[in-house]
Amino acid sequence: MQPVLEIQGLHTYYGHIHALKGIDVTVNKGEIVTLIGSNGAGKSTILRTISGIAKARQGSIRLDGKDITNKRPHEVTALGVAHVPEGRRIFPELSVRENLEIGAWNVNDPSLITQRMEQAFEFFPRIKERLFQKGGTLSGGEQQMLAISRALMSDPDILLLDEPSMGLAPVLVELIFEIIKRINAQGKTILLVEQNALMALEIASRGYVLQTGQIVLKDSAAALMVNDSVRKAYLGES
Amino acid sequence: MATDTTSTSLESAAQGVSVTGWEAFKNSWFYKFTLFPLGQIFGFILGVSVILTVLALLLAVVFPEPRENINLTQQIARQLPDMIIGGVSIGFVYAMIALGYTLVYGVLKFINFAHSEFFMVGSVVGFEVMQRIGAAGEGVLEAWNPILLIVALVLSGMVISGTLAVIVERVAYRPLRGAPRLVPLISAIGVSFLLIDVVRGFAAITRNDFNLTYPVSQVSFFQQRPEITLTPENAPLLQFWFTAANRDEIDIGLRMTSLIIIVAAILMLLILNWFVNGTKQGRGIRAVSQDMATAGLMGINANLMISLTFFLGGAFGGAAGVLYGLNVGTVTPFVGFIPGLTAFTAAVLGGIGNMTGALLGGLALGLIETFLNGILVYFPAFGQRYTPVFTFSVLILVLLFRPSGLLGAKVDEKV
Repeated sequence: MQPVLEIQGLHTYYGHIHALKGIDVTVNKGEIVTLIGSNGAGKSTILRTISGIAKARQGSIRLDGKDITNKRPHEVTALGVAHVPEGRRIFPELSVRENLEIGAWNVNDPSLITQRMEQAFEFFPRIKERLFQKGGTLSGGEQQMLAISRALMSDPDILLLDEPSMGLAPVLVELIFEIIKRINAQGKTILLVEQNALMALEIASRGYVLQTGQIVLKDSAAALMVNDSVRKAYLGES
Repeated sequence: MATDTTSTSLESAAQGVSVTGWEAFKNSWFYKFTLFPLGQIFGFILGVSVILTVLALLLAVVFPEPRENINLTQQIARQLPDMIIGGVSIGFVYAMIALGYTLVYGVLKFINFAHSEFFMVGSVVGFEVMQRIGAAGEGVLEAWNPILLIVALVLSGMVISGTLAVIVERVAYRPLRGAPRLVPLISAIGVSFLLIDVVRGFAAITRNDFNLTYPVSQVSFFQQRPEITLTPENAPLLQFWFTAANRDEIDIGLRMTSLIIIVAAILMLLILNWFVNGTKQGRGIRAVSQDMATAGLMGINANLMISLTFFLGGAFGGAAGVLYGLNVGTVTPFVGFIPGLTAFTAAVLGGIGNMTGALLGGLALGLIETFLNGILVYFPAFGQRYTPVFTFSVLILVLLFRPSGLLGAKVDEKV
């Protein structure tokens, strides 16, 4: 198995807060790997450190064997990482089309951009209907669809998804996860951060459980789903 | 904000239904980047002029004869064309400066108080270039194609002011990003003083004089004053005007330098609008201004976009400086202060961060100023020197009652 992303001994601080305390995560090509854990465990911080928004104090992050630790966000993106941030972060005053074009910032071939837009419309036909509307006028679910489509415009080697289910109705969550599975089936490697541990483990191949900045458990998703402590802590069983 | 009509029609477009006629035309390049902005410009000029004329006439009703033998209504009717033309030309200068404030504010949420100095530097650069061309020999300036001369002067002002703005951002603002908001503001004021004094030193050493007079008189083209004379014969519909002015004919004269400002500003505003709303780099600027962190995640180098924004703002300030210098004739190292503050007021009036607002605010303030200049003369207790009082009262009133400006909308953040 060929690792796309290798994180070794990662330490990240927010001011004086030691947010990540030596994290090791590997994502292999074609996998969906999920990071689960309670609020503030450091799940999002891992993604933010990968894409360069937060700075690593120690440790290394390698993408396809190349070191990308502490590169600036736009450089990391250029190297093949696409990060769908928490809260979707659609550009509210840009049209849906412009949002997608911004996602393809480093793509200079217009036919390639059109082709990838068509691909996105195939995943999310609703995006196409809203093409000339401003991003800020979309509903939460549509914004999430747009955020994922926008990230796919750069045809990344790895897609980082931060809480795609946040604030969405259960029907929409189902739909989004269905599409995440389809995106993965077409060969995209995905690192998924999710509060909704059950949904995440259902589509993931492997999972890591985080607690206060440390990995306390890692296993295949199937094994985690039947693990007693995981069921108690994250799957809502008493 | 997408209205119902546009969203439904665009949806049908997206669903593959071919759009024809008006809808297709509205999406065309010609409409979006020429016709619509031009319509806005003329609409603003017309709207503000009409409002101010009505206000002036109301004033004339209250004070029909502010001085002996002065009929205010008559004076207003006689001066109207001059006031409007003068107001529009200085208004475009304000609008071009205001765009610099607004562009930078849009991206960094920071008022660049050194911006007025990019305008000043532009005006001094224009003088230096023109003076040096003219110094080559008698008649050299006259021999230049006047259009080419204007383009050369404006371009040199733009390049130098734009580059200066980029350097200032790199040296004085970027290291302070993330600092409390007051800190870069103080730095900007420091930069402003520094630039004034550097230019002052330069003028003192090279010219031994702070009054830098454009050699406009050496170019006959700039001295021209095209005129139209309206008489009851060629404009029978304007009979009411001749009656109000108590004249048989009305001369509408246009100083060539005012005309240059108007034409150059309109062209540049169209280009800027196209650049920001119609190109990839412009899209990048707008993305950075809406969400800098996310723009980074999309692969956009935010610092590069910020530099580009400063270049655009500085270049527009510089161009405004050159055009202003050509129009008023004499500039000094201190020339940036009042126009800069007025343009800042214009940006706030229109809604800071909003480009259309800067245009509207600039034109409105330019017209308000010339109308006041034209009318206050007749009020012995006031006089023209009170014009800035009214201008800056606008600033205070806007800040008190509508801080988001005329066109600035309060944006609620969607969580």
